[in-house]
Amino acid sequence: MNEVFSQTYEIRGNDFQNAGKVSTDIKTLLKQLGIRPEIIRKVAIACYEAEMNIVMYAKIGTMRMDIDTEKIKITVSDQGPGIADIELAMTEGYSTATQEMREMGFGAGMGLPNIKKNSDEFKIESTLGIGTKLEITIFIN
Amino acid sequence: MKLEEIIRILNLKIITSEKFLNRTITGGYASDLLSDVIANAQSGNLWITMQTHINIVAVAVLKELSAIIIVNGRNPADDTIKKAEEQGVVIMCSDLPAFKLCGKLYELGIGKDN
Repeated sequence: MNEVFSQTYEIRGNDFQNAGKVSTDIKTLLKQLGIRPEIIRKVAIACYEAEMNIVMYAKIGTMRMDIDTEKIKITVSDQGPGIADIELAMTEGYSTATQEMREMGFGAGMGLPNIKKNSDEFKIESTLGIGTKLEITIFIN
Repeated sequence: MKLEEIIRILNLKIITSEKFLNRTITGGYASDLLSDVIANAQSGNLWITMQTHINIVAVAVLKELSAIIIVNGRNPADDTIKKAEEQGVVIMCSDLPAFKLCGKLYELGIGKDN
């Protein structure tokens, strides 16, 4: 990878006060780097959903962004409960969010599907009791 | 149309970021699901919602929304107000339910072109 920029952010589980900050910081950075708005839009949606998944479900996680001349790669790793059935979790409308989260407007079952929809390449791995890892690639051109 | 133009007509109560009322409204989006707004609202849109908690602020920042209008006479939580002021997010409140407010906004021409 012909890397030109890399940055890692930490995201804490259950930290609703700061939820969304990492995604906003990434968006600001991509703007400063002169990335096209339609690409930033896709990255912002994917990052927000991944960030909220950590806040809602995991203990702690990291979001690493690697940018080269061709693509933006976002690697999201968390220490958390893991996902029992990935295929089911990828189904639009399916959610394991609590009633309280749903009342806050989360748990629409759109998170992972939205990430995939806005990615050019998407990989997900999860181990129960250990955590989940996402690799999101969005091509710049 | 600018935010300041709809405030008097719709009798909206301004809660935060009064200095940004010259923002242009590009349309509107009504939803209480945050993922839906993240996926589908457009930059400069008004967001009509019943949600009042702090996480609506990050959504508005990320999507560069012109303002949030909280409906049904509900008021934002204190930490929501604080964060919105810090981030320059305009929050306004209406006593109307979402359907009626959206209808009035549409009558004013908001969202007719997009």
